[in-house]
Amino acid sequence: MLEITYSVRAGDIEHGGTASAWLKVELRKEGVSEQLARRAGVIAFEGEMNLILYATRGGTLHVAVDDAYIEIELNDDGPGIEDLDLAMTPGYSTAPYWAANLGFGAGMGLINMERNSDRFEISSHLGEGTRIVCWIDRRKDDNST
Amino acid sequence: MKFADVMELLDGEILEGVDVSEMIIDRAYAADLLSDVLALTDERTTLITGTISPQVIRVADILNVIAIIFVRGKRPPKSVVTYAQRVGIPVMCTKKTMFESCGLLYANGVRPCKNRPVSGPGSGCSK
Ligand SMILES: Nc1ncnc2c1ncn2[C@@H]1O[C@H](COP(=O)(O)OP(=O)(O)OP(=O)(O)O)[C@@H](O)[C@H]1O
Ligand SMILES: [Mg+2]
Repeated sequence: MLEITYSVRAGDIEHGGTASAWLKVELRKEGVSEQLARRAGVIAFEGEMNLILYATRGGTLHVAVDDAYIEIELNDDGPGIEDLDLAMTPGYSTAPYWAANLGFGAGMGLINMERNSDRFEISSHLGEGTRIVCWIDRRKDDNST
Repeated sequence: MKFADVMELLDGEILEGVDVSEMIIDRAYAADLLSDVLALTDERTTLITGTISPQVIRVADILNVIAIIFVRGKRPPKSVVTYAQRVGIPVMCTKKTMFESCGLLYANGVRPCKNRPVSGPGSGCSK
């Protein structure tokens, strides 16, 4: 059993990804396989960077692990995403131009999160915020995704 | 091929002092955008990139990338090199372009790592 919450600060590009890199180490300590820790790391990294780049006041990255699942939850309180289908389209990005120099804006982050999850849920309301929950099933510990 | 031979081939400079004499580079992936890098699935690959932000090292660490080659003469700041050293990933820089670096490595037997291109109706190449 492991439960960690990281708070992610808006605009804190410099430290972007530290929580996710650290998370991977914690998961390995917890006995999670290299393969699954890596998938969790990818999900967390994409979520963490989105909080930094888009969430007005940052947000939280919450991770809970038990024998069955790794659950990764991201929450922020705005601005929210107007059109979720559009946001989930490969290549769609509103990342500012300067972010490209740092390696962001492929418009692949949400898709990477979904592809690395066994179950993926996203809900968002303009003016309220965005909530994403990703589950990795530890009982099907294989290379299939 | 050995990391040291890659350095010679690309006329590159190794930026930190991990002992890499026996490290073998047999697969590689090249991209500048991190989400494209994160879409690669194969482990133990080498990353070729022109992006030098600290996130490159974090992504490489998460993915278990074995080495990073920075192209187009880009050289990451000292703090980024130190971070790579701390997580045990050797880094090299070369003045060659990404295209030329990839071509030279390919011609010398380095192969693509497995990755998952964009797919699905309306998005992605249909072939
Ligand atoms: N937490 C969020 N709050 C508000 N908008 C968001 C949030 N996360 C994503 N978005 C919106 O969804 C778009 C797509 O996000 P996604 O992570 O897939 O790509 P990206 O961040 O633009 O580029 P990449 O992640 O590939 O570097 C973003 O450009 C942004 O407009
Ligand atoms: Mg993103």
